[in-house]
Amino acid sequence: MRVSIEVNGRTTAGEVPDRTLLVHYLRDTVGLTGTNIGCDTTSCGACTVLFDGESVKSCTVLAAQADGHEVTTVEGLAGDDGELHPVQRAFREQHGLQCGFCTPGMMMASVSLLKENPRPSRREVREALEGNLCRCTGYHNIVSAVVEASGAEVDR
Amino acid sequence: MSIVGTRVVRVEDEKLITSGGTYVDDLREAALTGAVHAVFVRSPIAHARISGIDTEEAKQAPGVVGVFTAADLDLAPLPTGPVTEPFLATDVVRYVGEPVALVLTEERYQLADAAELVDVDYDPLDAVASIDAALSGETELFPGGGVTGNVMQVNGAEEFDDAAFADCDAVVTQTILNPRVAPASLEVRGGSAAWGEDGRLTLWLSTQNAQIARTTVAGALGLDEDRVRVIAPDVGGGFGAKIGADPEASLLGWAARAVGRPVRWTESRSENLTAMTHGRAQQNTVTIGGKRDGTVLAYRIDVVQDSGAYPRAMFLPTLTEMMAPGVYRFPVVQTRSRCVVTNTTPIAAYRGAGRPEATAAVERAMDLFAAEIGMDPAEVRRVNFIRPEEFPYTTPTGGDYDTGEYAAALDKALEAAGYAELRAEQELRRAAGDPVALGLGIAAYVEITGGDANGESGRVDIHEDGSVTAYTGSSPHGQGLATSLAMLLSDQLGVPLAKITVKHGDTDEVPRAVGTFGSRSLQLGGSAIRQAADEVIAQARELAADLLEAAPEDLELDTERGVWQVRGAPSSTTLDWARIVSSAERTALSADVWFGDGKPTFPFGAHLAVVEVDTETGKVEVRRLVAVDDAGPVVNPLTFRGQRHGGLGQGIAQALLEVVNYDEDGNPTTATLADYSFVTATELPDFELVDMATPTTRNLLGVKGIGEAATIGSTPAVHNAVVDALAHLGVRHLDMPTTPMRVWAALNDVRKAN
Ligand code: FES
Ligand code: FES
Repeated sequence: MRVSIEVNGRTTAGEVPDRTLLVHYLRDTVGLTGTNIGCDTTSCGACTVLFDGESVKSCTVLAAQADGHEVTTVEGLAGDDGELHPVQRAFREQHGLQCGFCTPGMMMASVSLLKENPRPSRREVREALEGNLCRCTGYHNIVSAVVEASGAEVDR
Repeated sequence: MSIVGTRVVRVEDEKLITSGGTYVDDLREAALTGAVHAVFVRSPIAHARISGIDTEEAKQAPGVVGVFTAADLDLAPLPTGPVTEPFLATDVVRYVGEPVALVLTEERYQLADAAELVDVDYDPLDAVASIDAALSGETELFPGGGVTGNVMQVNGAEEFDDAAFADCDAVVTQTILNPRVAPASLEVRGGSAAWGEDGRLTLWLSTQNAQIARTTVAGALGLDEDRVRVIAPDVGGGFGAKIGADPEASLLGWAARAVGRPVRWTESRSENLTAMTHGRAQQNTVTIGGKRDGTVLAYRIDVVQDSGAYPRAMFLPTLTEMMAPGVYRFPVVQTRSRCVVTNTTPIAAYRGAGRPEATAAVERAMDLFAAEIGMDPAEVRRVNFIRPEEFPYTTPTGGDYDTGEYAAALDKALEAAGYAELRAEQELRRAAGDPVALGLGIAAYVEITGGDANGESGRVDIHEDGSVTAYTGSSPHGQGLATSLAMLLSDQLGVPLAKITVKHGDTDEVPRAVGTFGSRSLQLGGSAIRQAADEVIAQARELAADLLEAAPEDLELDTERGVWQVRGAPSSTTLDWARIVSSAERTALSADVWFGDGKPTFPFGAHLAVVEVDTETGKVEVRRLVAVDDAGPVVNPLTFRGQRHGGLGQGIAQALLEVVNYDEDGNPTTATLADYSFVTATELPDFELVDMATPTTRNLLGVKGIGEAATIGSTPAVHNAVVDALAHLGVRHLDMPTTPMRVWAALNDVRKAN
C-alpha cells in the first residue's frame, strides 16, 4: 500500500507491504536510522518516537496506521539551525549515554515525559522511563539528564 | 592547565544524540548495495538427532536466494575445548538455538516465512538441562568422544585435604549458585559481508575486537588474514559476549561468496537470548574455617562451571580459582574446578568473566563465617585483609597483586553509609517486629584487569595543520575511551581536544591489536598511546633543534601553548606543531608502537548495600548502594563514574532478578525481554559513589581498569544484604536471584521448621 507520513516536518511517502512496521518504514523507506530496534516484544523502548506529539514504540505501530500523521524521530529533535534540544544537551552534559543504542528512544520518551510533567522528581523519572531499557548506564545519569533538562539542579 | 583528571563531556556523543550513531544494521554503504538478508534456522529442541532436513519448499518461497545446511558447507568445525562445534548442526543438535540452516532472501520481511518452510526431522534425545543432570552422567552429550561423563576436569586437586581445617574453632560449608545470566547488549548481534573485486572480504561486525574477529573468520574460511577486513562500526554494547567473532560471522562471509552478493544479518531478540553466549552459570561449594577471634585459617572452593553445549570458555573457572581468596590473607586456599557440558546455550565471558563468581563465593563465605562465630561481618573482614605493607602480594592461588588499601576502602564505604547508625536502626526495627526488614550487605573485592598477558597497539600522527590522529587497538563501545585518550594526548602534546581524533575498530587502519575486554583498554591501550606520543615528541625534538639551531636537550615542549622553545628563554622563537611537521618533508610525524610490558593490575573496592525486605510478600528493595572503587588515578571522572554506574546496575540486577532459566527438557523459559528480567530504572536506587585512587606501578599511566569492578562488588553486597535482612528470622543462606518468590519460600521454610 501507499502511505504518506510527515516525518520531522517533511512529507514522506512510499509504497510498502501492508504489514510494514513504522520503525521499518522510518529506517528503510525514509532512510532515518536513528530509531533503533532492540527487541521483538515491545519491551525495550529503543524504537520510541513521537506520534502526533505522543511517545509510541514504533515497532508496534504499522506504517499504515501512521498514514497522514506526524512523526518525530531523534533526527528531528535538534532545531533547523542545528541547535540541540535541551534533552539532547542534558544527556551529553550528564553522561546519560554510553553505547548510545538506547539513547534515541530514551530521549524521545524523556521529551514526552517532560511535556506531561515539566518538573519530575527522580522517582517520577524512573517510573516514567520504565518502558525504556538501557544496559550500559545503570540509569543513574539518565535520570540526572532528565532532571537537568527540566531546568532543575542536578547534584552530581 | 592539565585536563587529565577533570570532568570532560565525551567527544563521542554529538553523533549519537543527533543521528543515533551508525550501528551495523544502519549501514547504507555502497558496497552493500543489493545485499540479501540472512536468517538462521535454529533448533527448537535441546537435544535431538537430526534424521533429515528438507529445504525444497523453502527454496521455492518468495524471494529466496539460497538455503544452506551443513551438507552444503566446506568449513572445518571449530575446536571448542576437547570437542568441535559445527557451524551448522550436522547429526545432533545440542541446545535450543543451535543453528541448523541459513536462509537468504531478497527482502527482510521474507525471512521468517521462508525459514519456517525448512523442514527438519528431529528424533529427541534425553536432555541434560542442569549441572546435576550433567554430573549424573546418565545422558552424555558427546558419547564416545572427548568428554567422558559430561565432565572436563580443568584444574586442581582430585581430593581435598581436610587437615587444613583441623585447628579451626568453626567451619562452615555452603553450596552457592551463581546463576546463568544473559549479557543482553541492547543492540543484538549482527553483521554484513561483502566481497570486493580484489577478492577481499569486508565484514562489518558488531564486535569488541575487529582484529580477533579477522583472525577467526580468516581461519574459518581458509584465507590469509590480509584478505579479510573487519570493521566494527558503532557497537551497541558487548559486555564480553561480543569478543571476536561468533560462528555466524564466518558463515556470513561464506554465504556472500556462495551467492555472489553481499549479505546482511541482524538477529532477533529471542535469538539473541538463546544463541548469544550466556555468562556466570557456576555452582560453587565453599568451606571456610577459622578461629573465634575472626582469623580464617583455611578456605576451599569447589567450582562446577556449566559450560553449556560447547565448552567455548574453559578459562572462566580458572580465573575463579585464581581470584578465589579475594582481598584476604588466608594461609591455606584449596581450589578445584570442573567444567560440565549441558544441553543449554554455550557459556562465555560476561562482564567480569570468572572474577565476579570468585568474589560472590568468598564474600558470602565471609558472612557465613561471621554469623557462625557471632562477629560483625565488617570486623571479620578487617581481621583478614591483606595489609598495605604486604604488597606486592602473591596469593596461594598465584594472584600477583600490585597495590591495595583494602581496609581503607571498607572504612570509607562504612563511613559514607553511616554503618553504625544503620546497624542501630536495624536493631530497633527488629525489636519492634517491623514486617519490613532492614538488611546491610558488605562486599570487599579485588579483581584482575588487563590479565590476558598481551599488549596493545597505539599510533599517533601529527599532521601538517597541527591536528592529531591517534589509532588505538582497543575498540570501545560506550566506555568513552576516545575521550580519555584524547585527554591524555592533549596534556602530553599541548594540542586542544578539538584537534585530536581517535580511531579504532577497522583492521585496515589498525592492523595489529587485541581489543576491548577484561578492562584492559586504558591501562594497555592508553599506555601504548602514551608511548607513541613520547616517540613523536622525540622526533619533533630533533627537527626543532635543527630549525632553532639549538641542542635537542635544550629544547622543551610548552604544553600550555603547544609550542617548542629553548628552555629558559621564553621570549625566544617558538615553533608550533604545524611548523615542525612541515619541516619534516612528510605529511605527518608518526609513531606506531606496541606496548608490551603491561602486567595485570588489581583494582579493588568495597560496596555497602542497604535493602528492605517485605517479610510478608518477599519483595526486596535496594534503598542505598554505596560504592568505593579504586582503579588508580582517574583520567576522566565523568566516564569513570559512568562505568561504575553501569557495573552497579548490572551487578545489582544479577543479585535481585536476572536469571536465564530452562525447564527440565532444556527449553528456555526466559527467551524474550518480556520474560527475561532485564533491570529497569525503577528497580535501581541512585548510586552513592566514593572515590579513592591507589596507583599501580605496572604501566605508564599508573591506572587500573574500571569496566567490570563495580559489577563484581555489587552483586555480593546486595546478596549479603538480603540474607542479612532475614538473619534474625533464621535464614542463613539464599541463592540468587533473590526474587520475591525465593525470599518468601525461604521464610516459609524457617517458619515451618520452627
Ligand atoms: S524495538 Fe523494543 S520496544 Fe520497539
Ligand atoms: S547506553 Fe547502551 S543501552 Fe543505553
